[in-house]
Amino acid sequence: MNEIWAGIVEAFRLIITLDRDLFEITLRSLQVSMSALVIACIFALPFGTWLAIRRFRFRRLTIATLNALMGLPPVVVGLIVYLLLSRSGPFGVLGLLFTPTAMIIAQVIIITPLIASLTHQAMRELWAEYHDLLISLNTTSRQRILTLIWDGRRALLTGALAGFGRAIGEVGAIMIVGGNIDHATRVLTTAIALETGKGDFALALGLGFVLIALALLVNFAIHTLSRTEQEGTW
Amino acid sequence: MIRLIAIVVSLFATTALAEKMKLAVTTSFHNSGLSDLLLPVILEDTGLEVQLLIVGTGQALRLGEAGDVDAILVHSEAAEEVFVENGYAPYRREIMYNDFVVVGPQTDPADIASADTAVDALTRIAIIKAPFVSRGDASGTHKKELFLWTSTKLDPKLFGTWYNAVGAGMGASLNTASGLGAYILTDRASWLNFANKGELDLLFEGDPILFNQYAYLPIDSKRHPHVNIQAQRLLESWLTSKRAETLINGYTVDGTNVFVFNAFR
Amino acid sequence: MVAGINLVALRAVCVKRRSKLILGPVSLDLKGSGLTIVLGPNGAGKTTFLKVLHGIERISSGSVQWSMAERSVRRTQSYVFQRPVMLRRTVRQNLAYPMKLLGQQASKIDEHVIYWANQIGLTEMLNSPATRLSGGEKQKLALGRALIRKPKILFLDEPCANLDGRSTREIETLLLSANSSGTRIIMATHDLGQSRRLATDVVFLLNGQVHEQGPAEDILCSPQTSEAKAFLKGEIVE
Repeated sequence: MNEIWAGIVEAFRLIITLDRDLFEITLRSLQVSMSALVIACIFALPFGTWLAIRRFRFRRLTIATLNALMGLPPVVVGLIVYLLLSRSGPFGVLGLLFTPTAMIIAQVIIITPLIASLTHQAMRELWAEYHDLLISLNTTSRQRILTLIWDGRRALLTGALAGFGRAIGEVGAIMIVGGNIDHATRVLTTAIALETGKGDFALALGLGFVLIALALLVNFAIHTLSRTEQEGTW
Repeated sequence: MIRLIAIVVSLFATTALAEKMKLAVTTSFHNSGLSDLLLPVILEDTGLEVQLLIVGTGQALRLGEAGDVDAILVHSEAAEEVFVENGYAPYRREIMYNDFVVVGPQTDPADIASADTAVDALTRIAIIKAPFVSRGDASGTHKKELFLWTSTKLDPKLFGTWYNAVGAGMGASLNTASGLGAYILTDRASWLNFANKGELDLLFEGDPILFNQYAYLPIDSKRHPHVNIQAQRLLESWLTSKRAETLINGYTVDGTNVFVFNAFR
Repeated sequence: MVAGINLVALRAVCVKRRSKLILGPVSLDLKGSGLTIVLGPNGAGKTTFLKVLHGIERISSGSVQWSMAERSVRRTQSYVFQRPVMLRRTVRQNLAYPMKLLGQQASKIDEHVIYWANQIGLTEMLNSPATRLSGGEKQKLALGRALIRKPKILFLDEPCANLDGRSTREIETLLLSANSSGTRIIMATHDLGQSRRLATDVVFLLNGQVHEQGPAEDILCSPQTSEAKAFLKGEIVE
């Protein structure tokens, strides 16, 4: 109990004193996870929607695979991305290992199946509603997907935020591909792992509370910005 | 507010002026706190920004083999010799040493405090089957521990549940030992810097067999042409300099010296 | 056969679902103008019949032959569903949607949206969410959204089911005006009064089969088959 209290105190100390390192790693956490989220959404939203509207031979298999990939262990993703980006790996010449870019790549792989699967589930319902009209209006696949994404944006936002939550709280993969280098690839979660390793639980917990606060802040901000709460129920 | 803006701006400001290199180091080196002292001075003296990858010796050697770092700073002489033999590094250069200690519960049920040698201490633990935490991660500390067990003529593979191979870094392993009230072999610096000591105490030290030699190995540029040779040399010459000697020998934790500089110039 | 240019010819069209015959075999011709009422009790296959003509229901056998090129068939048709599909957008955006799909200019879309909002009496509600409209308003919006495409053929599936008299009259007025300005209308209903008010010709469907087809006055005043006679008398037929 004492240690949790010490953690809360430490979190306040870090924030109030505008700790320079804290701001640096917090910003990097945001930068990495936000980039990963945007890229993952570019793939996952159309793909999840496409899965909802298209009937094809391996559809059930594809959906089952997608749902299974949602549970991908980040450490395994990290290891595979590491082996691919390593200087001895196929993409070694790009020199991306131990950079924020490598962390973004790993997070994109981790959260894309999650967002695509949630998109598929949300879009299935909307498609059942819109099906007749969109077929009747002779829409192309592209028009159908864009219409569904736009009109289902509220449900998709929830999916995207779930993806963001998984990305910003993830440590296993980015530890391996980012290397937790101070002032280069250290983010909140890897810093927490490091401080825990040093036995400095108060600082680790303090960083943990900052992470939770950040996740809450992003959720509120996105909800407010998109004014979804004021638009009421459709 | 102004301070906040200044911080944000400086984060995005380019640091392209500084030469950069990646150095894989062991968790024990980083946990000692010495790197926090040395890195800013290195940047100031040489303009070199050393990016640390804090991993176990096993992973540090793998990173070096793959060419993912420019140099490594580890403490496992036998593995280092093999590394050089296989052509991953042209040579190894000894920089400094610290020592290992055995810590355990204050009650010391195996009475290792009165043991004559490290091998004797471990044997006493094994005889009463007192809980023991092993790094189990192929790190330098782990290799040292296995070496000591070999000298006791006991085989850790045959040990029962009292022997916990946790497969984790020094800090995490110390956390486990603290939670279990178990004995553990650790380097002195990690122990002194460890914040969650709990019921643990330093029980055995001083046997010369426990010396822990750190060496610097630049990755061979013939095998990995992309490594930063200039930075390798810059860092090596700084690490072996008079200035480094003063800083390393002067570094204390809780009033105790932890490293001894022993590089040949 | 009635005189006039044939619009579409159905030959032995059958629709099966899980090996059960829903519609057919149906063979008939529809001519190029007028307001056809597809009459029949619930479950007669009226919806399936309309969807076959619109091309959104797959036929199991037979053929549907249009007098126009195959590619342009559905593009020149609009369909108003029995339960109107409202996009989760404002009334304005619902009206604009079909024109946006065709990539029309914003200024032109605005002009048409204002015109049709006025026609369907929803000018005041242009910026309200479509899903919050009443049943009658939704049906009018669906009709406006169908007509804004200027269809050659308009299908309607029981557009006035569950509507009050006033909304029904407003919709019928819109339909008659669209029909007189050249839109071919094919509409399913089981409402005899509505058939009498609107139809120029009638297709009487029962159990998935066409029992009678011809000019409205012939069928509604002097039906030939016993089933049609019974239905027009107000008896329950099956």
